[in-house]
Amino acid sequence: MSSGILNEIKTLIWKEITLEWRQKYALSGMLLYVISTVFVCYLSFNLRRNQLTPIVWNTLFWIIILFTAVNAIAKSFSQERYGRLIYYYSLCSPQAIIISKIIYNSFIMLLLSGMGFIFYAFVMGNAVGDMGLFTLCLFLAAIGFASVLTLVAGIASKADNSATLMAVLSFPIILPMMLMTIRLAKNAMDGLDWSVSTDEITTLLSIDLIVITLSYLLFPYLWRS
Amino acid sequence: MRKIWWKILCIVIIFYVIIMGIMGPVPHLAIINESIRNTYFHVALWLAMTTLLFASMIFSIRYLGKGRISDDDVASELAKSAIFFGILGCLTGSIWANYTWGDPWPNDPKLNGAAVGILIYLAYLLLRSSFEDEQRKARISSVYNIFAFAVFIPIIYILPRLTDSLHPGSGGNSTFGSYDFDNNIRKVFYPAIIGYILLGLWLAELRIRIKVINRVRDEALITSEKVQ
Repeated sequence: MSSGILNEIKTLIWKEITLEWRQKYALSGMLLYVISTVFVCYLSFNLRRNQLTPIVWNTLFWIIILFTAVNAIAKSFSQERYGRLIYYYSLCSPQAIIISKIIYNSFIMLLLSGMGFIFYAFVMGNAVGDMGLFTLCLFLAAIGFASVLTLVAGIASKADNSATLMAVLSFPIILPMMLMTIRLAKNAMDGLDWSVSTDEITTLLSIDLIVITLSYLLFPYLWRS
Repeated sequence: MRKIWWKILCIVIIFYVIIMGIMGPVPHLAIINESIRNTYFHVALWLAMTTLLFASMIFSIRYLGKGRISDDDVASELAKSAIFFGILGCLTGSIWANYTWGDPWPNDPKLNGAAVGILIYLAYLLLRSSFEDEQRKARISSVYNIFAFAVFIPIIYILPRLTDSLHPGSGGNSTFGSYDFDNNIRKVFYPAIIGYILLGLWLAELRIRIKVINRVRDEALITSEKVQ
């Protein structure tokens, strides 16, 4: 039983990757979205990047990542045609579908936030003191954003005005995760000792865990409608 | 006239809380002074709201398990009366904050968390209103309701405790129970919570009955059209 689900998840992830590879415009569009947003921010601050305080640097970066995540994941259920969704649902278990979507979206978010960070640091200057902790922070945030937004995208895709609904439903829910991430990232920027940030790391991990478990339990009810 | 006793109990308790809350003896503490009476209204309202939201989540789980539309009616109406209490809780808290902390909306993590919590549930109502089909609406909004409650509790009760907050119980401030919560307060505070919960149930019950009447009338209309 469990190996069956693992096989299904593996196949579904491969399916997502091939699908993405065939229609390259989606991923390259998202990459371009991050890069142009960063560039707009850079130009809007009028090139005076040495006047950017660390707090503004940090907050701006995470807001860019948040909007990128909402835009990138909103399409994860709506891009496929209705008939094809029914076909998947007749083939595999709903748990496999949601887990594969979460894993795949986490990969996408890791890629997007990694590229986003490299470009952001390139134009706005790198203010991070402890790269190891900041990478861990990016990693946790990517998984967390992906898992929250995947379920919300599933909910929003069932309604008609799904773009508005996606933002309204996800922003308040993602806020605790966002605040924790910003605080952890600030610790990483200041280069504080890792023991200072254990609170934030455990909170982020536990929020991720709660969200993934809930998605796993609730998604079967969602796709039936 | 079925089961009227809890409505009478609710009215009696609420009057008791209002009268004892304003006239009753309270401990005299520095800074807070007489404004400690707001405990009966502000704190009790928040606890009642959390209880109602918890009950709403339980009914959502029951709906997903059994698929009876009446469970979803209960869940949504309980959430609505909880939002009403949440707004009242914000207003009473704002009055209290204005006199003890000198600002109607100080930048405090618990306040901001409460605002976000209300936003989450307003989003729940928006989600409900964007579906036409009843069963579909009920199923999807139940999923969101369970998800929302799981996020609401950390926002309001766990995250503020990790940071510095003006509220008791966070950032090294001690909780209410540990000191200054003497028996005079307890005698009014616990009934207050029960009274508000009953009031919330009453509000929800009235709206559920209106919903049921509307549904029956709609069905009657459809069947009578079929006959003609």
